Amino acid sequence: MSNIDLRTVSIKPLRQTFDHIARRFGDKPASRYQEGTYDLQATHNFHYRPTWDPDREIFDPSRTKLVMKDWYALKDPRQYYYGTYTMARARQQDTAESNFDFVETRGLAEVLPEDVKQTALDVLLPLRHVAWGGNTNNAFICAYGYGTAITQPCIYQSMDQLGIAQYLTRIGLLLADPEALQTAKQAWLDDPMWQPLRRYVEDTFVLQDWFELFVAQNLVLDGYLFPLVYDTIVDDDLSSRGGTAIAMLTQFMSEWFGETAKWSDAQIKVAAAESPENKALLAQWINHWRARALEAVAPIAKRALGDRADGALDDLVQQFATRVGKTGVTL
Amino acid sequence: MDMQVAKKKLGLKERYALMTRDLGWDTTYQPMNKVFPQAEYEGIKIHDWSKWEDPFRLTMDAYWKYQAEKEKKLYAIIDAYAQNNGHLNVTDARYINAIKLFLNGISPLEYMAHRGFAGVGRQFPGVGTRVACLMQSLDEIRHSQTQIHAMSNYNKYYNGFHDYTTMIQRVWYLSVPRSFFDDAITAGPFEFMIAIGFSFEYVLTNLLFVPFVSGAAYNGDMGTMTFGFSAQSDEARHMTLGLECIKFMLEQDPANVPIVQRWIDKWAWRGYRVLTLVGMMMDYMLPKRVMSWKEAWEIYFEENGGALFNDLARYGIRPPKFLDQIAFDKDHISHQAWGTFYNYAAACNFHSWTPTDDEMDWLSAKYPNSFDKYYRPRLEHWREEAKKGNRFYNKTLPMLCQTCQIPMIFTEPGDPTKICYRESDYKGTKYHFCSDGCKDIFDHEPEKYIQSWLPVHQIYQGNCFNPGVDPTAPGFDALGAVLDYYNMAVGRDNLDFEGSEDQKNFEAWRGMATKNI
Ligand SMILES: [Fe+2]
Ligand SMILES: [Fe+2]
Repeated sequence: MSNIDLRTVSIKPLRQTFDHIARRFGDKPASRYQEGTYDLQATHNFHYRPTWDPDREIFDPSRTKLVMKDWYALKDPRQYYYGTYTMARARQQDTAESNFDFVETRGLAEVLPEDVKQTALDVLLPLRHVAWGGNTNNAFICAYGYGTAITQPCIYQSMDQLGIAQYLTRIGLLLADPEALQTAKQAWLDDPMWQPLRRYVEDTFVLQDWFELFVAQNLVLDGYLFPLVYDTIVDDDLSSRGGTAIAMLTQFMSEWFGETAKWSDAQIKVAAAESPENKALLAQWINHWRARALEAVAPIAKRALGDRADGALDDLVQQFATRVGKTGVTL
Repeated sequence: MDMQVAKKKLGLKERYALMTRDLGWDTTYQPMNKVFPQAEYEGIKIHDWSKWEDPFRLTMDAYWKYQAEKEKKLYAIIDAYAQNNGHLNVTDARYINAIKLFLNGISPLEYMAHRGFAGVGRQFPGVGTRVACLMQSLDEIRHSQTQIHAMSNYNKYYNGFHDYTTMIQRVWYLSVPRSFFDDAITAGPFEFMIAIGFSFEYVLTNLLFVPFVSGAAYNGDMGTMTFGFSAQSDEARHMTLGLECIKFMLEQDPANVPIVQRWIDKWAWRGYRVLTLVGMMMDYMLPKRVMSWKEAWEIYFEENGGALFNDLARYGIRPPKFLDQIAFDKDHISHQAWGTFYNYAAACNFHSWTPTDDEMDWLSAKYPNSFDKYYRPRLEHWREEAKKGNRFYNKTLPMLCQTCQIPMIFTEPGDPTKICYRESDYKGTKYHFCSDGCKDIFDHEPEKYIQSWLPVHQIYQGNCFNPGVDPTAPGFDALGAVLDYYNMAVGRDNLDFEGSEDQKNFEAWRGMATKNI
């Protein structure tokens, strides 16, 4: 039969997509995002209760106080499924690779002004551990969250944070050596400058409400840290002092935040629009965590920006409030 | 002088350690046992997580790069296969039922693996372990999606694929694979790793994927074959992770050995029971056979598994229990299972049929000890009856095993003419099992298995009707109401292959390619 030309056969499909997709969008050709996302998670007739959470089902909407009629309203504006996600990151990875290569082959690390280099090492290297915290927390949301629409991007977010921790590690190895990583780890553990942030991260490790964790990690902590570190400190301040090489090495992080913030905002916006109760809950979470985030990042701003830190922090608070304002949550 | 040259070159292992395990720290603002609340309750003792040997060294940048390449190639083939009506190239339309079984029964487990590995990737206190588990979580969502995307095209042209997310949660036989994974994910993180990482990915994976993927290759299904092959390099990582996990647990404390042994016994048996469906697929559903279930078991379990367990003997681990029975049963289970699906074809979302004469001869040759004696006469009888217009459909509901949830169809060890029944009393209630293996599992954890959502019990309790259905109404059609609840398209998804819409359409479509119409 292998000789027949099947391409010439025009046959009419019996249906365009799976029933669960058709029930949501009608029987028409569906996107790979839709077929790879909607209703993949089981919702009923579970066989056994988890031995690690016997009061709940394996997937259980009561693991957060937030309430949604349809958890698949929390869709990803990027429409990432595994294929599009890895292809997008592979492209960014490619750029990052040539940036590292550029800095390395031209010996740009060696010609950095000493104080710029030291600031970069002091500020960036302990953030490896913060990124690892981001990996941990997004793994939690992926495991215990509800509905593939939001849990799926969380495994991507989790592995992105691991990738960021690894880029930061490479920056340490490129600008200095393994000892610099150990010095930074010690600072992370002991230096008063890092303790409010470490306490923030460790406190998020024990949060049980996964949507609160989403707020504390992806909206608030990243929302304070990334603009401060990668925009204000690296791209503006260090670059103006001869540190453009550093900005090349952190380009992945800046772009990544720009992309993922749109996703986080979309989640908050949809959750807030669902009900006044959700809106109030989100405001309460955001208010709590943003006060702590400001306290946690302030010493970093002081270390890097000195006198200009207060102004930068004011801007940061303002910028974040504006961002949240657009999601419909009133702080 | 170039400063780079003066820098100490890091070894691969050292460098990978900085990229992974060095990222973690012992928390002090929150106690470690609150950060990792699942680390101890199973009784596994880990004294030193730093002794973990990374099973592979892959950083995220490399991961993205390799995986994106694989995805590009895979989707190009899936697209071409769909555009060229590749489905009309399969040996015959009966084959398509094998992949219905796959999409309905296996792909949802890939998704569960994704969530399960995210959970253990969060819960282990060891960073190296967590990184490897999270990478697997990411791979597993890939597997579920590539399978869905590859089979999406089949769904457009054939029945039985259309509502797999509902059916896995409702249809009687799908509770077999589903309860298997629900069992693993509701266990603690260490048991999950023995259940899925070791028993499933390492010991049994070849018995699942090789039959489906080679089955696809033998039967002209390029789409399925391609996602199978594309997943293989992921599987290689998953296998090394499973093996490292068990070795690590065994090396950390001798008190772990009996716990791990019990899990090996449990999960080898659980997995073996699920594989009954695969055995049946190999022996009955592939128009062009790859090898018999019995041969696959001998190669992939008895030979390869034997070597593995010899290797683990130095830790005090012995092969799983009940291997004698499995060795005897390999002549029987695929035939017993197909007989059951033939019986219950009215309540099933794929078709069944009686084998052709050639196929019966193949079965005789592969199963000289059992086929002609026990199973051929029954199949021939059914075939005769069907020819006379009496295709037999069993409309009574079978008793299910409380543990594996398969109907009580298996026979006594050593006596293929006698159905095996076992039972246990627990808190004043009697529970029934298909085998010593399933009874043994129940007796260790009765509180877990008394919860089983057994499809037949649920039907009798009135839990498998759509809202608004009144079972007390005169002339109530219970089976019809259950099939509605399953969202089964009656007369399209179910019944015999002979006369099915799939059969007619496939014939007509292929005819269009060969004739001038
Ligand atoms: Fe998989
Ligand atoms: Fe059983």
